[in-house]
Amino acid sequence: MLDDNNTRIALTVNGETVTANVPARLNLADFFRHDLGLTGTHVGCEHGVCGACTVLVDGKLARSCLMLAVQSDGARVETIEGADASGRITKLQQAFHRRNALQCGFCTPAMLLTVGELLRVNPKPSRDEVRDWISGNLCRCTGYQAIVDAVMEVSA
Amino acid sequence: MKAPDFRYLKPKTLPECLSLLAEHGDLAQVLAGGQSLMPLLNLRLAAPAVLIDINGLSELSGIREADGSITIGALERHEEIAQSAIVRQRLPLLADAAPHIAHIAIRARGTIGGSVALADPAAEWPACCLALGAEIELASTRGRRRVAAADYFQGLYTTARQADELVAAIHFPPAAPNAVHAFREISRRRGDFAIAGLALAALRTGETLHNVRLAFFGVSDRPILASNAMAALEGRPLGASMIEAACKALGAELSPPEDPAYPAAYKRQVATTLLARILGDLQAELLDA
Ligand SMILES: Cc1cc2nc3c(=O)[nH]c(=O)nc-3n(C[C@H](O)[C@H](O)[C@H](O)COP(=O)(O)OP(=O)(O)OC[C@H]3O[C@@H](n4cnc5c(N)ncnc54)[C@H](O)[C@@H]3O)c2cc1C
Ligand code: FES
Ligand code: FES
Repeated sequence: MLDDNNTRIALTVNGETVTANVPARLNLADFFRHDLGLTGTHVGCEHGVCGACTVLVDGKLARSCLMLAVQSDGARVETIEGADASGRITKLQQAFHRRNALQCGFCTPAMLLTVGELLRVNPKPSRDEVRDWISGNLCRCTGYQAIVDAVMEVSA
Repeated sequence: MKAPDFRYLKPKTLPECLSLLAEHGDLAQVLAGGQSLMPLLNLRLAAPAVLIDINGLSELSGIREADGSITIGALERHEEIAQSAIVRQRLPLLADAAPHIAHIAIRARGTIGGSVALADPAAEWPACCLALGAEIELASTRGRRRVAAADYFQGLYTTARQADELVAAIHFPPAAPNAVHAFREISRRRGDFAIAGLALAALRTGETLHNVRLAFFGVSDRPILASNAMAALEGRPLGASMIEAACKALGAELSPPEDPAYPAAYKRQVATTLLARILGDLQAELLDA
């Protein structure tokens, strides 16, 4: 990588200010994982299909494999580590545990952030609305039923 | 895979952006929502020398109404359009179409300008533009021009846009008080690109439809108007025999490309079923209203 193609960025990650020198081609997911050691953001497909890399950028769900790290300059980003530490998804995490809504856990961090966002904008979703909302998050283990159950339990 | 290396440029003003486009032309790609370009980079199907990030250009944002016509800036995100009060009221076809575009995280970043620039044959926005008779505004250092959607979408990922031009905005003509619309698509899973879809716009007098526009997507190399089916519906009260005639005309005029996953005959069948369902619903709606 050419050094003169690196850019200095400053952003807020899980409430803390982070500065870094990043190459243009580095995507945000790899920046979290390799540069910041935040490995709760998973990388499955790298083309937007699996949803495992989903994080919150300026309060909106985003695929971190489809954003460049340089584009996060000035942004406020939250990963699963931040959401977990904040306590705001504890009830969801407990319901996922109770309901067996995770098996291998690969999809789980992004799934929690995604349904957490659903419950913020729509505190009482129907089962169909939950399924619609998570249509972009693939889970190869659970068959989704238990995930929907867990979300419904928390929303009730 | 990981994206190949490129130079990343982020212009602060529109004139600066247009100069960069003029300077780099074919070697550059505009980065809008990145929801199509980033996958192409990560799959190494695209390898531009330069990326021009337009996300800092506030001139490209906003949904405005002037003299009844509505202008949507190229950088408006799919989800912003879906939630916009002006769009819900004045361009309800777009509000109905938006939830079918990808998934929430992708709708939050993907832009209408990016969708119109890319011109995927199965994309929702291009078909809506065609149904509503929208104009695409292109900007370059040479000036600005507007191209009607029917002339703009020219083939598979091919449009009237030149390499140095930016999609700046989409203009939708004023909607008449008696306008009706409908939107439907069939995809394997919510958010997937459609196997086939239909955006309908028309005017109504009682149960009679005029100026019928049937824009199909996913069934050709670009969004297309089904002119024979449109003619079958024009100026007559909507009823069972007309619906049947329109579906028959559609079946005869569509020639979807062969695709191993979806044979042409299957796509034709899906498109015809969509038309029958949309017209059936519309008929019930017209009788009710
Ligand atoms: C899993 C997945 C599912 C999807 N499903 C659908 C779907 O069902 N329907 C659908 O329509 N789309 C779908 N998309 C694509 C998505 O809607 C994209 O947002 C859209 O196609 C491109 O918009 P963008 O802003 O992300 O553009 P980008 O990815 O940034 O750019 C796309 C192309 O357009 C060019 N470009 C972008 N903006 C401009 C501009 N203003 N002027 C000139 N050139 C420009 C870029 O250089 C690039 O070549 C899906 C994407 C993913 C990852
Ligand atoms: S890794 Fe980002 S969507 Fe699959
Ligand atoms: S728990 Fe294994 S992919 Fe969802």
